[in-house]
Amino acid sequence: MSSKAKSRPATSPVVFSGNGLRDGRVAWMGTEGRWEPRLGAVTPFAPEAAAEGLALAQQGERQQRVVGVYAVELGADGLPLKFRERLRLGGPSIDAEAA
Amino acid sequence: MPLLEDGRLRPDPWASVDDDVPLPDGPVILGLEQLRREAPALARRNAPIGLALPPETAPAEVAPLLGLLSLVALRLPKAKDGRAFTQARALREYHGFTGEIRATGHVIPDHYAMLLRCGVSTVEVPEGADPAVWDACRRVVDIGYQAALSADAPLSLLRRRLRVA
Amino acid sequence: MNATVIPPFARTYRYDAIDREFLAERIAEFRGQVARRLAGDLTEDEFKPLRLMNGLYLQLHAYMLRVAIPYGVLNAPQLRQLAMIARRWDRGFGHFTTRQNIQFNWTKLEDVPEMLEALAEVDMHAIQTSGNCIRNVTTDEYAGASPDEVVDPRVYAEILRQWSTLHPEFTWLPRKFKFAITGSPSDRVASLVHDIGVAAKRNAEGEVGFEIHVGGGLGRTPLIGRRLYDFVPEAEFLGRMEAILRVYNALGERDNIYKARIKILVRDLGEEFRALVDAEYDRMPQQAYRLDPEIVAAIAAHFAPPPFARLEDRPLPQDPAFAAWARASVRPHKQPGYASVTISLKPIGGIPGDASASQMEAVADLAERHSFGEIRVSHVQNLVLPHVRQEDLHALWQGLAAHGLATPNIGLISDIIACPGMDYCALATARSIPVAQRISERFADLDRQHDIGECFINISGCINACGHHHVAHIGILGVDKRGEEVYQVTLGGSATNDAAIGELIGPAFGYDDIVDAIETIIRTHIAHRAPGERFVDTYRRIGAAPFKEALYAVA
Repeated sequence: MSSKAKSRPATSPVVFSGNGLRDGRVAWMGTEGRWEPRLGAVTPFAPEAAAEGLALAQQGERQQRVVGVYAVELGADGLPLKFRERLRLGGPSIDAEAA
Repeated sequence: MPLLEDGRLRPDPWASVDDDVPLPDGPVILGLEQLRREAPALARRNAPIGLALPPETAPAEVAPLLGLLSLVALRLPKAKDGRAFTQARALREYHGFTGEIRATGHVIPDHYAMLLRCGVSTVEVPEGADPAVWDACRRVVDIGYQAALSADAPLSLLRRRLRVA
Repeated sequence: MNATVIPPFARTYRYDAIDREFLAERIAEFRGQVARRLAGDLTEDEFKPLRLMNGLYLQLHAYMLRVAIPYGVLNAPQLRQLAMIARRWDRGFGHFTTRQNIQFNWTKLEDVPEMLEALAEVDMHAIQTSGNCIRNVTTDEYAGASPDEVVDPRVYAEILRQWSTLHPEFTWLPRKFKFAITGSPSDRVASLVHDIGVAAKRNAEGEVGFEIHVGGGLGRTPLIGRRLYDFVPEAEFLGRMEAILRVYNALGERDNIYKARIKILVRDLGEEFRALVDAEYDRMPQQAYRLDPEIVAAIAAHFAPPPFARLEDRPLPQDPAFAAWARASVRPHKQPGYASVTISLKPIGGIPGDASASQMEAVADLAERHSFGEIRVSHVQNLVLPHVRQEDLHALWQGLAAHGLATPNIGLISDIIACPGMDYCALATARSIPVAQRISERFADLDRQHDIGECFINISGCINACGHHHVAHIGILGVDKRGEEVYQVTLGGSATNDAAIGELIGPAFGYDDIVDAIETIIRTHIAHRAPGERFVDTYRRIGAAPFKEALYAVA
């Protein structure tokens, strides 16, 4: 329900992302169906399997594990195509600890 | 749908009636169009009449009809759509309506105390709703900083303890 | 409730037993909501407005808790508690916002009830710092201190705070609702770009009344508020506010979020809006909504002047470094021998509005030593010690400098407002903070900053305009253009009495070019300015053409 609908079909491999319900931290889900804090720990879906992946990801919402799931397309380097998702992956581009 | 009053489920004698069907006996809740159209005939009816007031209609627009009514049902189309709060307060405060004001639609337990403070008397709750949860939500905050309609005269405009039934 | 000793002369609203009980009940309510969410009894769509009403957002990397600092007024133990919270549940810092609040960026949902309990220990909360309800009321950070003050706005800000707290009718509004209130003829609260802007004033008989502007705002559709009333008598203040909110709650747009603020209703209805509000007020049982003088007097007692010593104004020491700081940071006070001090949270290359836990503790200590234990948060994301003896200024400066808090750039080009932007915010379309950092580094030289003079740069990372870019002398709006961050520039805005929405100067600049573009704008100002003329005045005098020419002329 709170997932953002993907209007355009994926053309690159996708993983699913959301934030943990309890801790709010970024989580990633691939074909294994597990939610992992590290992108590297999950296997992307082929673009044509994105719909099936979304259904699996939304199950994580219904089980109160994650919030706001959506598909994230990956480039050839295995990293998200969008800059926003790269920030979610790597954390803020600025100093995020007290000096 | 189950009906909640004073934190408890109670039987609902009212029937909601679609336009174009013969009125059943007993209390009926009508749409605005039908009520307006049939007001003269309805005035002679023995059983109580209610109105499902649409969220976009100001109570002032139906003020001349309120004398016919024993119930006004307000609707929250979405949980975050709070027009019913202003409608309820206007019905009580501006129009002196003393009948039942019922909240319907996407009502959640967290609305309950505020609905009561705006003058609502009953809430249609989802099938299977646990009245204990609703009652607990109503009681958890019993201090208010504003004048409201459901309790005694305020200590001052700005603060008083609410009396929960 | 606890052993915390509030400094006796800090003029924060002092909770009594009922206020504390209310807060405990509100925390219990939220704890129950969290439990129902975790158990699956509330969907995320149902829970989201409830958590937002308690200041809890889900951002890019974590939950963010926005804590209310009512009208920007804090006492020293409260600031120390914020430092404790930053250490225990965040990463050791907090971020002060343009609504005079503080945000913690790295919180967990399951920790929030405990954080709220820690706040309640010092009479603080996160109520209504987000959501479609009446938000934290903002006011003048120099309230009670400024020589030009006519009415103390804190009194009425507190009345508005209480009246709007869990208001039964106005908690599910079409959209958020923001009040600002000033008590000085000089508007330091941006009242004309608020949903309701209140200017408290006095009539010829000395009675308090309120000039009301309604329907101002920034965001996607920036608008300057319209004057609704010239002088609402004090007794009618809350009744008139009720009437405005009733009209808005009934008629505000519910389906299209971009048209849901009251500014759109006011714009579309024009004079009819006033007629509707008047009609609403006229049929209200006015006695029930009357603001009694006894209530006002009871609240005003919380804000009585602290026991100022009888002092004379005195010349400040000549030490050049101190003098440079004092010139930017020290402001006249209505009490002879005192001054107000603005503490910059804008170190060169730093994150605007951020303070570490140890800096918060240092400011709390200095406030106890030098300012009756009182601190203010300004809407430009700095802190203020409102009542400092002039004879203490040098020692205060040294104390601030020891903690990196003496950057002498208040009101200068590196005193930048920036929203969190895409580094944190789930809504952002571009980063804000690193742009602010690079601009302040470019203009790091203080002599140059003083030469440029007063110049406000505000940066927003999306159209929602939390960085108030529209009302900056130089506004920067970051947007996404086919996957790239680009930055639009507006010139000539103002948030003060001459409030104006800045004009878009031309095509946007890339992330790597925006600092050079600002440099070009400033060079153009320097080349065209009359002696001593501020940037915004030059711009208004000569218009956009020379700036466009300099920015876009093909080399």
